[in-house]
Parts: sequence; C-alpha cells; structure tokens
Amino acid sequence: MVCLFDCVILSCFYVIIHLVYKVGDVLLPGDVFSFQMPESITDSKPEKVVCGPGLRRNGDEVLVCKSGILRHKQPNLYWIDSQQRRYVPGKGESVIGIITSKSGDIFKVDVGGSEQASLSYLAFEGATKRNRPNVQVGDLVYSQFIIANKDMEPELVCIDSCGRANGMGVFGAGGLLFKVSLGLVRRLLAPQSEIAKDLEKMFPFEIVVGMNGRVWVKSKTIQQTLIVANLLESCENMTAQQRQTLFRRVADGSI
Amino acid sequence: MRDTPLSNCERDFLLKAIQEKKRLDGRQTYDYRSIKISFGTDYGCCFVDLGKTRIMAQVSCELITPKENRPNEGLIFFNIELSPMASPAFEMGRQSELLVKLNRQLERCLRNSKCIDTESLCVVSGEKVWQIRVDVHLLNHDGNLMDAASIAAIAALCHFRRPDVGIQGEEVTVYSTEERDPIPLSIYHMPICVSFSFFQQGTYLLVDPCEREERVMDGLLMIAMNKHREICSIQSSGGIMLLKDQAGTGGAIEIQSVAEKTRRVLGSHRDTVSCSKTRRVLGSHRDTVSCSKDQAGTGEP
Repeated sequence: MVCLFDCVILSCFYVIIHLVYKVGDVLLPGDVFSFQMPESITDSKPEKVVCGPGLRRNGDEVLVCKSGILRHKQPNLYWIDSQQRRYVPGKGESVIGIITSKSGDIFKVDVGGSEQASLSYLAFEGATKRNRPNVQVGDLVYSQFIIANKDMEPELVCIDSCGRANGMGVFGAGGLLFKVSLGLVRRLLAPQSEIAKDLEKMFPFEIVVGMNGRVWVKSKTIQQTLIVANLLESCENMTAQQRQTLFRRVADGSI
Repeated sequence: MRDTPLSNCERDFLLKAIQEKKRLDGRQTYDYRSIKISFGTDYGCCFVDLGKTRIMAQVSCELITPKENRPNEGLIFFNIELSPMASPAFEMGRQSELLVKLNRQLERCLRNSKCIDTESLCVVSGEKVWQIRVDVHLLNHDGNLMDAASIAAIAALCHFRRPDVGIQGEEVTVYSTEERDPIPLSIYHMPICVSFSFFQQGTYLLVDPCEREERVMDGLLMIAMNKHREICSIQSSGGIMLLKDQAGTGGAIEIQSVAEKTRRVLGSHRDTVSCSKTRRVLGSHRDTVSCSKDQAGTGEP
C-alpha cells in the first residue's frame, strides 16, 4: 500500500527484492532503499517511514540521492549523513553572509549558495526609512533566512519575529573568517558539542558559526586567532581521541 | 558562478597578520608549501601539488610541416586551461585576463629561454618536424598558479618520450613504442618560476602566496631561473615600484629554492622513468643486456 503523502507506508508483507541495507551502511545515489524492519516494532499494522535528507520518493520506491551513511532516529526517521561543503539555503537557518552590493532598498548578500540572497535595509533592529543601518559593501552579517526554496530568490533578515536583533546584524571587525564543511558546523552547533567544550578550555575567544559553513573567530592576539582557526579546520576528519591529543599538545606548546 | 567576495574583516586581518609576520597556515615569510610531484602512466603526464593547488601537465607530439622561415626547427606549443573545478570564478570557454597572463608567462619562461633544443625535433628539413604540445590543466586553485604550472610543465617535458623515427632515402618511418624505444627530449636547462607577493607598497614580501594572500596583495614579482643561476624571465605585475635590494633579496631566495626544486624534479622523474622502463623491458622479455643499457641511458638532461 503506498500513501500519497510525503512518507512511504510499507506493509509488513512488502517483498524485498533489492539489497537490504542496515543503519550505518554506506549508500550511493541511485540505490533503491529498502530496509529491514526492526524486530521491536514489528506488528501487523503498516509502518509509516519518514524520509529525511538524501532520500527521495520515486513512485513506489524510495531512492537514495546523496552518497553517505544511513542513519536512523526512533521511531521512524531515516536519512543519509553526507559530507558536504556546498551550502543550499534552508528556511530558518542562520548564516554568515558577505554584503556584495547595495541597490536601492536592498543589499545583495553572498551566502555561498547558487545565487545571492537579498536583505532589505529595513530588516535591521531600529531601522526606519529615515534611519538607515550603517552597512558597507564587504561587511559580514549574521542573519536568518525567511524565504529559501528552489523556486525563489532567497531572502534574509537580521531581526526575529518580535523585531529584536537577537544577536544578528553586522559584525566582524578584527576577526578571521574561514570555511569548513557543513557537517563540522552542525557538530559545533549541537547542544552538547564536544568540540566546543574542548576548544573552550584553550583560551578565551569569540566565535560566530554560520550554517553555510562559514566560521568567524576572534581572540586577543592574532596568533591565538590563527591557532583557533587552524584547529577548527583540522578537526574535520579527526576522532575525538585525536582531537583531544592535538588540543592538549597545542595548549602545552602555546604561550 | 561568481567567486566568494573578500570581506573587509578578512582583508584587514590578513594585512595585520602580515605586518606581524604571521601567515594563515603558520609558514614563515620565505617558506614554500610542500611540493608533491607524481607522474601518470603515460610518458609526459605529470601532477604537481603545491599545498592545495593542484595542476596536471600532459605532453604530446605530432609531425607537422615547419614554419617557412625556420625549416630546421621543431615547434613547441603551450596551453594552460583553467578548469571550472579549480575555482567558482573560472568559467569554461571564457578567455579571462588571468588565463592570458599565465599563458604568456609560461611561454616566455619555457620557450623564449630556449630550454628545449628545437633543432633536434627536425625530421626532414623543410617538410616534417615534431610539434611538442604541452597542455597544463589547473585542477584546484589555492594560489601561486605560475610556480606550480612551471614545475608541472618542465617535469612533464623531462618525463616525455617521443617516438623514434627512421629515415631511408625518401621514406620516413615512425616506430611505435613496441618496435623501438621512444627518445627523450633534449632539454638544456630547467627554468623554474618563483613568485613573490608584495604588501603595503612593497614593505612586506611573501614567497608563495596562497589564494587569500593573493587577493590582498599589491603586486607580484615572478622570477624564472635555472639551477645555473641564469635568470630566464622576470615579470612584475601590480604596478608597484621595487627597490633594487628588494629584487636582490628575491633573487637570493630564488636561487636556493630553484636548486632544491630542480633536485626534487629530477629525483622523482628518474625514479619513475627507470621503474616504468624496467617494467616494460621485463614485460617484453628482452634480455638483461638491453635492460642495463637503458638504465644507464636514463641520465640527467
């Protein structure tokens, strides 16, 4: 039985004719996704499965469209965890953008996606038609997407729904901006991030993390800023053990 | 796609860091990034990694009629291509200013310095000569394209073997690699470029700029030299005025780094060529006598 909504409903008697994948397998685009029903929730009722990023419904089948590792979250969410550096704008995500031009009432902002986003000058805290915000070409802004889909030009705002800045806006004097992969950014922003905790023990610094893979760091001296930037860039492919060893070595060696 | 613009804070930070003599990746002012040279399976295919900048050079040859005013000389043709996979700023098919500049510099460095003996490429005077074509593809752009391109081109030329030719009266026979061993090109010397970037109107000098440093630099000085301390070409862009002692320091650094790089190129090339030759020789069941003869023949150009 196949449902017309976004989720695929599979009955217990679905005949699995393709390879059966387990959670943690590496999948490639084009693989037809079929999986083993976990024993614990097997019952005679059909199961609803929610397809996350990297999975797409194609008629009766669910196809894999990104290469990566299959992940599962209880009770019924499946997705593909992939390493990606190219950002695709998503609604509600907070990103670091670079102002590229001012034209009339809007700023054009580069967020690392396929096209530039637009940011209205009224979308700043305390901005009115008479009181324009002090934004120059080349400035960094931390802002949120209010429109981000594949059919329209993305739009950013620097205020939340109550009209307060809430940390967003122009920033960046004196720090260093660099780029990392999206996976690392998500790990940094996770609630109990180990990487962030390890970094905090080193020395004080300010950090702004954008979901488009851009990170801004500022510390007391240029040397310390460079150390933090290089450490973050190298955390990409390290296990927790290697990372802690590296951080400890740097902390012992640094002044 | 457009390239990511450089934000004001990045520019200020980079300039301040350079004033304090600090570079983004922890190098000193005169340090080069690590260079890795590897060769492909064909003769004349070379990959060069300069840090994250990656370049591939491929050499090929064909028989053509020579120019009328130089009937005894072969031809060498250089072509650099900026692949869109190297950087979002590069678009396929578009003739950008950078591309023209790189092509011109590579030609000046390798062709005008006469590092290859073009008269040895002549087969039948006035009728048939070899045209050597060097295609350089940029695979990843992280700054300092000229240095990497010059190393890749000269390493590929050293690695390349052209087919042997037999002339009997009027007939010209080109032997395939199975019939007769292909012959290396006759290379007199190896010019290698070293780039210096200048900041704050020439006050600060950095060797081997990476991509972000290239964006904030005021000017670029490129010197091509060989290990015999002969300068093959000098190119200064950006319109900055250099003092004589700055150019002198540049030359001194250049000599050391060129000598070292030439050693690396020859070392890696010799290992690869003797390996592939031995494999081929054993595979075609020739006797050991010709094997040792070939090994002895693979000397320094």
